[in-house]
Amino acid sequence: MTRYLPWITGVALIGLPFVYHAPYPLHILIIILIWSFAYTSWSIMGRFGLVSLGHGGFMGIGAYVTALSWNHAGLTPWVGIPLALLAGGVLAVLVAYPCFRFRITGHYFALVTLALSGVVLQVITATRDHTGGSLGYTPERYRGGSSLYALQFSGKTTWYLIALGVWAVGLYVWRRVDRSMTRYALEAISEDEDGAAAAGVHVTAEKLKITVLSAVMTALAGALYCQYQMFISPDTVSGISISLQMIFAVVVGGVYVSLGPTVGAVITILLAEVLRISFGTRAVGWDNLVYGVLLVLFIVFLPKGILGSLHDVARPRGKSGAAAA
Amino acid sequence: MGPLDIYLLEAVINGVLLGGVLALLSLGLNLIFGVIDVVWVCYAELIMLGMYGMYFLYTVYHVPIGLAAAVCIVGVAILGVILHVLVIAPLLGAAPINQFLATGGVLFFLQSAATVLFGIEFRNLGLRLPVLKVSEMFISYSRLLAFAAALIGMILVYLFLTRTYSGAAIRAIAQDRQIMTLMGVDTRRIYLITSALGGGLAGLAACLLVLQYDVHPFVGLSFGPITFLICVLGGLGNFVGGFVAAFVFAELISLGGLYLDLEWGYVFAFVFFIVMMFVRPEGLLARRS
Repeated sequence: MTRYLPWITGVALIGLPFVYHAPYPLHILIIILIWSFAYTSWSIMGRFGLVSLGHGGFMGIGAYVTALSWNHAGLTPWVGIPLALLAGGVLAVLVAYPCFRFRITGHYFALVTLALSGVVLQVITATRDHTGGSLGYTPERYRGGSSLYALQFSGKTTWYLIALGVWAVGLYVWRRVDRSMTRYALEAISEDEDGAAAAGVHVTAEKLKITVLSAVMTALAGALYCQYQMFISPDTVSGISISLQMIFAVVVGGVYVSLGPTVGAVITILLAEVLRISFGTRAVGWDNLVYGVLLVLFIVFLPKGILGSLHDVARPRGKSGAAAA
Repeated sequence: MGPLDIYLLEAVINGVLLGGVLALLSLGLNLIFGVIDVVWVCYAELIMLGMYGMYFLYTVYHVPIGLAAAVCIVGVAILGVILHVLVIAPLLGAAPINQFLATGGVLFFLQSAATVLFGIEFRNLGLRLPVLKVSEMFISYSRLLAFAAALIGMILVYLFLTRTYSGAAIRAIAQDRQIMTLMGVDTRRIYLITSALGGGLAGLAACLLVLQYDVHPFVGLSFGPITFLICVLGGLGNFVGGFVAAFVFAELISLGGLYLDLEWGYVFAFVFFIVMMFVRPEGLLARRS
């Protein structure tokens, strides 16, 4: 039965919008799927102790490169998105290669990537003549309605299926990494870099591979978010708070399980929506208040996250998780 | 002097004044890192609370400004102790990244608590300090005051660290935390003193910053990241390095702002930071190994 469970869930998820298509719940589902994908992308490297605060930067690059190449160069997102992914990957190499080469780890890696988030946010704000600055930016509508060429769809069902597909690919990548030699190499590195290097692991190359993969996926999440929302601003897709938001959701869900980031996204987004609906504008700030308290409590009492801890309860004798993050 | 030279000189002087405040900010964070070996990601949010304290005491309840400042400094120092006892102490044995994230959670909490309690309006003291006019340059009096107070604060901390028993114990722990327990120093007590001192410095910074900037729940994000970068640039836990780095950063921001926009000043500062991390990962003043 458990063998077929993923397939049954998959079919149910695909069939869902054809049975039930109220716009608001569907919108929430799409948002959850897009952010789940972004969080999964973060956790691909975060689970190995590579805590990056720069993912807000990669997401911003993904969103803004796609939107700018559509508006200014007239490039369809089919070209713009690959460009955005390329830009995200190049940026990741530029920052991460020297980091790994000069063995900047732990706190220091987190702070260098924090600076990266800051750079991207400030550049977007400073080039306000082209990007609209902190007022935000809107990709131009292509002849009003839906178009595959412009990757703009007015129907929510289409977007739901796209987001679902991308999310599933994200999970697939997570599993591939989980079952690869790279995983063992990176776990060894996160425990002892010198030891891993002595055992023949190419430390810099392994870390760089996973970082670029994670950055490119995050840029894709940004591009997708931009195409779906048709509005981006530096604060909603880039910067330090987005980076922290990613880490928070992943920690809540669980870093070491494939569905952990998704559970984190479901919990955080539903929490924010419930508070918004039940308290209206008075709820401003309450969602983050609850997040903050939960984040502290989770790190103190449940560092493996909700799903991770449930896994441990269900399989007490199973392999204990990877090294503590 | 041509007009550009005047602007240049003005920017340089303002950079020095900003540097004084940034140096004060990084001193508190450096102290905590050097002694307790944790990074308070929420440091700037403590300052934000201190700024709100000043606003309410002085502008709303009309407490004399000197008394209000003293209350704020003590109040934020107490907040620092609470933060240590509730969040840092249970995590002292955990992986450094967990402490980092937990204080990140406190950042979220404080920001949104301020939003909920005080709303998102920008508030200011409503106190206009005069602007000094030296030949053709304009230098704000509040910046000068902040610079002077920051210097005095730093000298006091220096004297505390070098002339008292607790100060000596703090410096000793920063050098070797295992040995000091064996030497009969109560580490927990020293940690509490350090947290209070770090909090007090944040409170002092709050009193000075509120003279120049409006306070709102997200004000911490505008100078928090800069403070971390300065500490890392100077070498985390290295007080002198942090001092130098603060002035380098302030000049970059000030001069970048003169020639382009303020944001470009920040971009230069961030890029400079990233490059310096590769050139001198142990901090500006570290000897090359």
